[in-house]
Amino acid sequence: MKIAGHEWDLASLGNHVWRGRIAAAELLAFAQSVKDEGGQLVALWGSDDRQLFPLSPGGRGAGGEGAGFAIHAAFITAAGLAWVSAELLADTPAYPDLAVIFPQADRMQRATHDLLGIQAEGAVDGRKWLRHGAWPEGSFPLRKDFDAEVVRELDAYPFIRVEGDGPHEIPVGPIHAGTIEPGHFRFSIIGDRVLKLEQRLGYTHKGIEKRFEGMDLATGAKLAGRVSGDSHSAYAWAYCMAVETATGYEVPERALWLRALFLEIERVANHLGDLGYLGNDVALSFGFMQFWRLKEELLRLSGRLFGHRYLFDRIIPGGAAVDLTDGSELLALAGRLEAEVRELKAIYDEHPTLQDRMANTGIVAPALAARLGLTGLAGRASAQAWDARVQFPQTPYDRLDVGMSTHRRGDVLARAEVRFAEVVESLRLIRAIVQGIPAGAIAVPVRVPDKVTEGIGWVEGWRGEILVAVRIGADGKLDRVHPHDPSWQNWPLLEVGILGNIVPDFPLINKSFNLSYSGQDL
Amino acid sequence: MATHLILQKIFKTGIVSEPMPEADPSLRTRMQELQADLLKVFGRALAIRHVDAGSCNGCELEIHAINGPQYNIEGMGIKFAASPRHVDVLLVTGPVSRNLETALKRTYDATPEPKWVVAMGDCGCNGGIFGESYASCGKISNVIPVDVEVPGCPPDPVTLLKGILAAVSGGR
Ligand code: SF4
Repeated sequence: MKIAGHEWDLASLGNHVWRGRIAAAELLAFAQSVKDEGGQLVALWGSDDRQLFPLSPGGRGAGGEGAGFAIHAAFITAAGLAWVSAELLADTPAYPDLAVIFPQADRMQRATHDLLGIQAEGAVDGRKWLRHGAWPEGSFPLRKDFDAEVVRELDAYPFIRVEGDGPHEIPVGPIHAGTIEPGHFRFSIIGDRVLKLEQRLGYTHKGIEKRFEGMDLATGAKLAGRVSGDSHSAYAWAYCMAVETATGYEVPERALWLRALFLEIERVANHLGDLGYLGNDVALSFGFMQFWRLKEELLRLSGRLFGHRYLFDRIIPGGAAVDLTDGSELLALAGRLEAEVRELKAIYDEHPTLQDRMANTGIVAPALAARLGLTGLAGRASAQAWDARVQFPQTPYDRLDVGMSTHRRGDVLARAEVRFAEVVESLRLIRAIVQGIPAGAIAVPVRVPDKVTEGIGWVEGWRGEILVAVRIGADGKLDRVHPHDPSWQNWPLLEVGILGNIVPDFPLINKSFNLSYSGQDL
Repeated sequence: MATHLILQKIFKTGIVSEPMPEADPSLRTRMQELQADLLKVFGRALAIRHVDAGSCNGCELEIHAINGPQYNIEGMGIKFAASPRHVDVLLVTGPVSRNLETALKRTYDATPEPKWVVAMGDCGCNGGIFGESYASCGKISNVIPVDVEVPGCPPDPVTLLKGILAAVSGGR
């Protein structure tokens, strides 16, 4: 595989995914060639491979990392997703700091250290991230020999302080004032203006990755879907795709169309909810009530047609758990939602207070977005034109010709505009899927392999790309699963987007990103 | 003009609110310590504080949903408040992550008596798919006293409302 003129030894796994093993010392050069080509780092995670026998490194899906630890990274490149792994020593596992090239690596590296004791050498920020006080320093939950005994430590975290005359701090959270997830925000302000915002996350860390260990493949799909419940179908699909790459079985085409249908319903539902809340946050409760009325209608129809309002557990390894028998109601609702959303957009467009509050608020300029790796919906609102459904379409997206929405302004209004455009596009996709879905079976039985295999899945969720990497042990049980949420990349950009804005605009800016806490806390 | 369009849309939409569900006393887990007359005073003006103790954010979706127009909870006298000091009910979701255990206990302590705790979702009722681990304390009642447990993943809005009403309607 050639990246920016440099030849790398990566093999195609199909579905626009490339796989390779490189030496830890080569990681920086690899990352640099991705960067030179205009690509991005998507995810970074580690694994404890000490119990694995060294297997033939060339074999498909062989867990060939040898008897130490491994660091894994996934990048978006012009040719698709490049997944590379490097072996690390069992005694002193370390790899070069990637944040110098891709700043978004910072928190992922810190989390990898908290969970596995793998060190990013030369990293500037050595503070803990997911570890608060629930397990002691020097003890690493994702090591296979981790002693689960609960030891509690006093939690201390050195925030970066703004010194001098005038600035003062506002600590917010972890329990917030509204119905949102928990996290801590430390504002340093002068008057009403924000000089600095520092986030501390990890409060909802509930040991998801450890929980996967030893799970059967079917239960794993349920857990994957609950990494971030609002992106259930995206996670479940990415997980199943990973399992399917690992085991090599083919899913019936109808099942793939059903999965895409669920994913687009999920996108519409979340965007409708957010558009309502964006209205609410500028004191237009009319907008909230209208959009939530529409969202509720979609949820109820999903419940009636597929048995669950949020389509939980409808995507399973091997296919889909439920079929679409009669799509007429869905066609009718999609048509009506589109008409109503257009009506509401006309109102948002003409509402002076709403426009005034949203325009030029919470700006992330395109150049900064590119440098820091802003992704997904928020990325597209800052001219980062990536959408896996468009550039790297898998069945059925390769036949649906998805239109991408982008914006250059990078403010709250741009993120609202992208949502509006994506709702309309997804409603079109829903109709196209209902009309074009091929006949056939909706699931095949899953064959459990009897050797170590691995795979990766990659889905454009409503928030951005969801990635799940899976390794299945020789016993057919999950050995290591890493789910990755786009919120990892986007949270740090919220710290930047708020700078120079006034504190009362924070809820609005925050909502315009609407990032997942659970998805990044794991 | 926006105002004109808004009014037009409001009239065209009409009233979509639905009747309130009945309380479901079978969801109650411990005897109410409250006197019946206090309940009468309390009536149906209820303030709730939601606390996410480590959920996957799925349960939150349904809490948002009950604030929508079809459920009209403000019309029933139920409202969500920003501070635990202002509420009667804590609506708690998730398995309790160890990183939030202290925050949840403090929130509970900050809530004035009389208070009720509704544990929402399979995770809140029994730890759900996350269970107990190095990072999770499991169900809510492992950390604070719980009055009503509402199962489901996530519980749908009507079940959730029945649970909330069960918490405060005592033996009535
Ligand atoms: S009960 Fe289900 S929806 Fe609620 S937090 Fe648990 S996994 Fe998520």
